[in-house]
Amino acid sequence: MTTEQPVTSDEATPPASRDAAFWAKNVTTLKLGEVPPEAVNLNVTGRRVVGPVQGFGKMWQKTMRVELRGADVTPAEVIRTWKAEFQRFWPERNWFYAPLEGIAPGEVALLNLGLPGRMKLSTGVLVLYADDESFTLMTPEGHMLAGWITFSAEIEDGVTVVQIQALERTNDPLYELGYVFGGNRLNSRFWIETAENLARHFGVEPDVRSQVVCVDRRRQWRKAGNLSKNAAVRTFVWTLGTPVRWLRRPFIRRRASES
Amino acid sequence: MTEGSLITDVRELSSRASVIDFKGDVTASSEKALADAYTRASGKFTRTIVLNFSGLEYMNSGGIGMLVTLLVRANRQRQRLVAFGLNEHYRQIFELTRLDEAIGIFDSEAEAFADADAP
Repeated sequence: MTTEQPVTSDEATPPASRDAAFWAKNVTTLKLGEVPPEAVNLNVTGRRVVGPVQGFGKMWQKTMRVELRGADVTPAEVIRTWKAEFQRFWPERNWFYAPLEGIAPGEVALLNLGLPGRMKLSTGVLVLYADDESFTLMTPEGHMLAGWITFSAEIEDGVTVVQIQALERTNDPLYELGYVFGGNRLNSRFWIETAENLARHFGVEPDVRSQVVCVDRRRQWRKAGNLSKNAAVRTFVWTLGTPVRWLRRPFIRRRASES
Repeated sequence: MTEGSLITDVRELSSRASVIDFKGDVTASSEKALADAYTRASGKFTRTIVLNFSGLEYMNSGGIGMLVTLLVRANRQRQRLVAFGLNEHYRQIFELTRLDEAIGIFDSEAEAFADADAP
């Protein structure tokens, strides 16, 4: 028996880009896999991702760097640990529900974030890019920020250096107001604390250097309509409805068992 | 000009439009090369900067960040960015990161130039 092989030629098939395997593919709207029952799953499924071009507020570039001086660990080992235990390095009262496949290109994670006043925010992130020495998360519509954040490690003068770098705008006027009145500082503090926790994990007393640069001072007022998808407002409204859902639960269960 | 593994070249298409040719890798370490190329491409009357990506060999998320920063600089000068020469993979990345909503994408230099030079 003979089989016909498809005819291929170098001209017909352009070589794949070296970075092709590291990028998320064919993502139009986000889709979450299974999430733990205790997680609040709102504002992710069906949402599009948003970058700094789609955000509302001033554009910021935040860079946090910490040297792992004295730690015998390569950049690839740091990133492997970070990907595997991302939640562990976050500040308290914040939950990152990692996708089943882990932090890999195209995967979507659910976030439950603690806000001031014991408010909660349910949102998510897309793993936009991931290679052996870095990974990048991109936010969806309704998230506090429109942009992406890259976690990376590299060797600098013989020492492994960890970096967190975000390029972001707030998503809508309400978030921008919060950012002006302390949110910006709290957000920076969040990532400094994360870098500190990571350094401590590798046995290093952390000394995080942070740089916050306003890349664009202009607010994009044509994006003010993003407010309609504000995840904090939606999570708050959902929380207000908790007692009603709790009271209705036995009736829903009974109806389900009858049918 | 070479910076890291990115080589840029600047050509003037008309008094209102210039092209930046990219060859190599666009990453976070391309910042200086991109900034220098932009400065050379940006004349007094330049209204459009055309980015030629046909020599692009590698781009990571840091590189996309550099392009956003370039976009902010251009917008500040009331200039537009347009691009051509993106292969299917990089076109998808522009769509995924929604950069295509701010940087017009064309199939060829002629199309990009026609758009750039339109009154």
